[in-house]
Amino acid sequence: MDVLKVATAGSVDDGKSTLIGRILYDTKSLTDDKLEAIERNSKQKGFDYLDFSMATDGLVAEREQGITIDVAHIYFSTANRSYIIADTPGHVEYTRNMVTGASTSQVAIILIDARKGVIEQTSRHFYINNLLRVKDIVIAVNKMDLVDFSEERYNALQEEIQALISKTTYKEQNITCIPVSALQGDNVVDKSKNMSWYTGKTLIEHLEQINAQDVYEEAQTRFPVQTVIRPKTEDYHDFRGYAGKLYGGDISVGDEVIILPSETKSKVKEIYFYTEKFEKAERGSSITLTLEDDVNVSRGDMIVKASEKPTVEKELQATICWMDKKPLTAASKYSLQHGVHNVLAKIVDVETIEETNFSGEKRAISQLQLNEIGNIQLKLSKPLFFDSYQKNKHNGGFILIDLQTNTTAGVGFIN
Amino acid sequence: MSTNVLQTNVLESEAIHIFREVVAQFEKPVLLFSGGKDSITLVRLAQKAFFPAKIPFPLLHIDTGHNFQETIDFRDKLVKKLGLKLIVRNVQDNIDAGKVQEETGKYASRNMLQTETLLDAIEEFGFDACIGGARRDEEKARAKERIFSVRDDFGQWDEKNQRPEVFDMLNGKINLGQNVRVFPISNWTELDVWSYIQRENIEIPSIYFAHTRATFLRDGFIWSANDEVVYREEDEETEERVIRFRTVGDMSCTAAVLSNAYDITSVVQEIRQSTISERGARIDDKRSEAAMEKRKQQGYF
Repeated sequence: MDVLKVATAGSVDDGKSTLIGRILYDTKSLTDDKLEAIERNSKQKGFDYLDFSMATDGLVAEREQGITIDVAHIYFSTANRSYIIADTPGHVEYTRNMVTGASTSQVAIILIDARKGVIEQTSRHFYINNLLRVKDIVIAVNKMDLVDFSEERYNALQEEIQALISKTTYKEQNITCIPVSALQGDNVVDKSKNMSWYTGKTLIEHLEQINAQDVYEEAQTRFPVQTVIRPKTEDYHDFRGYAGKLYGGDISVGDEVIILPSETKSKVKEIYFYTEKFEKAERGSSITLTLEDDVNVSRGDMIVKASEKPTVEKELQATICWMDKKPLTAASKYSLQHGVHNVLAKIVDVETIEETNFSGEKRAISQLQLNEIGNIQLKLSKPLFFDSYQKNKHNGGFILIDLQTNTTAGVGFIN
Repeated sequence: MSTNVLQTNVLESEAIHIFREVVAQFEKPVLLFSGGKDSITLVRLAQKAFFPAKIPFPLLHIDTGHNFQETIDFRDKLVKKLGLKLIVRNVQDNIDAGKVQEETGKYASRNMLQTETLLDAIEEFGFDACIGGARRDEEKARAKERIFSVRDDFGQWDEKNQRPEVFDMLNGKINLGQNVRVFPISNWTELDVWSYIQRENIEIPSIYFAHTRATFLRDGFIWSANDEVVYREEDEETEERVIRFRTVGDMSCTAAVLSNAYDITSVVQEIRQSTISERGARIDDKRSEAAMEKRKQQGYF
């Protein structure tokens, strides 16, 4: 069954947790014991409604403060497909967690409070999904019950939303707007009886028909080698397989390939997946390749089709979302991880900071603070084989790892 | 020429990718193996990740001493069949040495005590990556955990300060003393695991299928009666019931369900229709709203 990965974004109290709870409840994905726990806890807190955030806010600190701090992954399925929802925090100070959730998702649901309309945070959420090039965006205009399910109000909001969309730079994004009440269940799973003026799909109906395959970008074949498999057993004495995951494109037996960085040429001899051999493998598969020639390949090398060479450079321009308390400054060094490949990186220049309100303003700066997004120049100890993030998400993204603490300090998008 | 095309199975490919990253990034990985369906699934995925080579790390079983005999027999058979290396460390040894104290009474369980034995084993062998079969759909504190989850010297999880995990880049760099818990099937649900076992035709212990067993009732749960480790009061009467176990933890805290599912097809069918979650039969999780989070902060896997 296919899996659709969805991330939610919304400001505090826009009702993200309630929306997810409502989806689970109306698709009958909440088991009796979990529902009982929600009922029990809601009653204990003196609420006269079901507090669905109990289902998603898994940490004590989150329940104490009534906010989401870190990404929760929620699972449910319909007859059609499985869903993974990354419930990401709305607070500005948890932007890094929002990026974490959105980076693995194919669809983003951005919540707007029907009373408040488009606010600064909405713009920020749009900006991040733009930067990450999330293909499908659903704008759930929530709390329609609090504006008397008013069509006029919804139309007025549509204008605000259109104004925002007109400013975005990623024009191929599919954007859909749906008026909902998560609390009362209008247009989430079931069609609203209170908004007969809305003739579009419910949230779930819309998600059901998104083609998960389409969401993968049309990218060229990239096969970063994770590990070399040498069994040295009697049956496989001379076996030398290159294990990895295929990003973008496909690969077939007989394809002419080049190995980077050595630029050695060879041909695909076999494609193994466990005990079976395949003629062709499609993107996303974790396979093991053998080659016609006895070439030198090791972890971090990349196998590509001979006709589809990526850019190979020792210097980079990138947009970066900073995720560490220690600010990013020029002249500092980090370990840059690009897929399964690590190189040392020196920050040549921290150039500008991006305003997330689409003002287009780029302010010159000398350092980038936690949760800020900016543009930098990097110099690498070894060449990198990359595509721009626009062309291939997996081959155009990287992380910077702090050399002292080893933490993931930032995520970069190669321009 | 027939074209034999491999289509992606997203969850399977993701898990295999994670296994390969563990072996490439760590010196001494180990697979935490309980003999339950999730760790059995991990073994199959590890086979797939490294074929035609053998699984390049040992299995570690933290034996509470309260395991179902069927599970232990199964474990030993599997290890032998696949030529794997198995390390067993016993909770009983720590109890005997007075390092941990056993709970007593009606709800006593050795679940908490496992943590100490696990941390000892990590230190004894110098494991830097422990691969486990936990899934985010099991429990809400688990839903917050990363795939590479960094633990400190004491095995502690700092839930408020987790490393961001973007795309499928896994950062396994750690400082001395730290280790990483790795969860390759994080994104699988219980039904995904069962469907996979069915599709792959993977053998599992017989207690997962319906069988007749002496049982008794307490708090609305069905308990195995003939095992002396399960505390039973005199007025709690035993009766033979046709049951199966949906989750195989410690006998003292794992309840059975009434079932007629004698084969994998009917098990999958039953899970599809169930209105109770898997952990609904794990008594330990019911101790408080934050039972799992607390255990994990202390080093539980």
